[in-house]
Amino acid sequence: MNEDIRELYQQMIMDHNKNPRNFHAMADADRTAEGYNPLCGDHFKVYVKMEGEIIKDISFDGSGCAISKSSASMMTAALKGKTRAEAKALFEEVHKMLSRGIGEPFDAAKVGKLATFCGVCEFPSRVKCATLPWHTLLEGLDPTGKQVTTE
Amino acid sequence: MDRSADAKIFDVEQIRKDFPILREQVYGKPLTYLDNAATTQKPLAVIDTLTQYYSKENANIHRGIFCLSEQATKRYKSARHKVQEFLGAASDKEIIFVRGTTEALNLVAQCYGRTFLKAGDEVLITHMEHHSNIVPWQMLSEEIGIKLKVVPINDQGELILEELKKLLTDNVKFVAVVHISNALGTINPVKEIIRLAHAKGIPVVVDGAQAVAHTPVNVRDLDCDFYAFSGHKLLGPTGIGVLYGKKEFLEKMPPYQGGGDMIRSVTFEETTYNDLPYKFEAGTPHIAGVIGLGVAIDYISSIGLGRIEAYEQELLNYGTEKLLQVPGLRLIGTAKHKSAILSFVLGEAHAHDIGTILDRQGIAIRAGHHCAMPVMQRFNVPATTRASLAFYNTREEIDRLVAALHEVTEVFQ
Repeated sequence: MNEDIRELYQQMIMDHNKNPRNFHAMADADRTAEGYNPLCGDHFKVYVKMEGEIIKDISFDGSGCAISKSSASMMTAALKGKTRAEAKALFEEVHKMLSRGIGEPFDAAKVGKLATFCGVCEFPSRVKCATLPWHTLLEGLDPTGKQVTTE
Repeated sequence: MDRSADAKIFDVEQIRKDFPILREQVYGKPLTYLDNAATTQKPLAVIDTLTQYYSKENANIHRGIFCLSEQATKRYKSARHKVQEFLGAASDKEIIFVRGTTEALNLVAQCYGRTFLKAGDEVLITHMEHHSNIVPWQMLSEEIGIKLKVVPINDQGELILEELKKLLTDNVKFVAVVHISNALGTINPVKEIIRLAHAKGIPVVVDGAQAVAHTPVNVRDLDCDFYAFSGHKLLGPTGIGVLYGKKEFLEKMPPYQGGGDMIRSVTFEETTYNDLPYKFEAGTPHIAGVIGLGVAIDYISSIGLGRIEAYEQELLNYGTEKLLQVPGLRLIGTAKHKSAILSFVLGEAHAHDIGTILDRQGIAIRAGHHCAMPVMQRFNVPATTRASLAFYNTREEIDRLVAALHEVTEVFQ
């Protein structure tokens, strides 16, 4: 099998794709946002319950490719209990990792388990899949009223 | 050069040599190009024609009093004649050059639809139309209040003709139907549909984008009133397409755009429009594209569409059989009469993941809704993976596709 493919579809990504965490609607969410990439068909809703500045609970539902779905799953797992500012800082690091040049390093310590998405930068057309859940979350945290898309 | 004379041998390896891109590699793998429904590759004859035109012959047509312009005009006219013969049209005045199928269909909706249809009139389309044969009619609906009626399809992806007959009421004033579905491969019985519509005096436009490079088309035999296709799906350049229209319709329709070439005389008080086909071709046309399209038609005719169709059917049968052996693979579109388009879903794997994995093996396929979202909704899938074949594809390429699909299964087990 192609090495880049093996690196892209790592076991952890495939596990989260098959058994997504926090994969449900949240009836008492105080924030929700919807992200949709019409060309791909990736379509997710992110639900957040805040307690002050802290993300008390977070979940998602919808459908999409393995990259977008596992990204959403791992994002929710990583952010539970984090503050709004911490969530944004983490996305900045994730974004740096995803959009870095091929072969360039990234700060693995800052992204934790999300480093499993480091292979996505080899596939420029798939970066938008990994970032869709994150941009959807940001809209939830600071609503602008716009439909979220990364296409 | 007349290879059609040699009817028995279809020498695909020889044909492949005419297409320089087929020698390219992607990620160190030979390019396996299976996205022909999106656009076909170009034979050297077409590529050389464009280079030759721009490096030695470029001039604007119709008005120049100099050698190059006269030559360009002659070649432009001769290409129109080639299209006329290719489609079996009665006159080259019935051949309108446009940018592509999309523009051709918009022209019909705007120039025929907006002029001759009125609020409450129904336009009958099908569930398997490409967005380009849905949206122009929806826009017209917003503009003048026509209604859209949709002929349903069955689980195989075939039109339900009984339903079509029921929907063909006296309220229907126009029918717009796709010849071959880009998402399913279904070949529609357009001749029969046209016959049914004409029995009630209803004109018909056929979207031939997926047909002209894969099956012989004769507009007079079909008796369609309009027929649309794109040059780039017929080995020609992008940005050039054709609308065939019966003279009686084109003559009574108003122009599409105003500008140079489409007029006979202009004063600030009054403008007299030019004759067909120029009435519909405002401005400097895509001259190189038209000449290139003419060469593409010469090329495909030298091989022969009958032979191409037979070869592609054989390839389709082989591909269908091989794909169905991939565990968890389900074909979307299993019509009895099918063109060489293999649209499928594979287990839990999303079409874009499949596309990425195949790409690294040098295999170019399409993943998505194929600009036919209603088809995806009908089959309750977000997207499909589509391999669409052309006469330069081989069994070996299908084997490569199948091997790569096993790799997908491995990743997604």
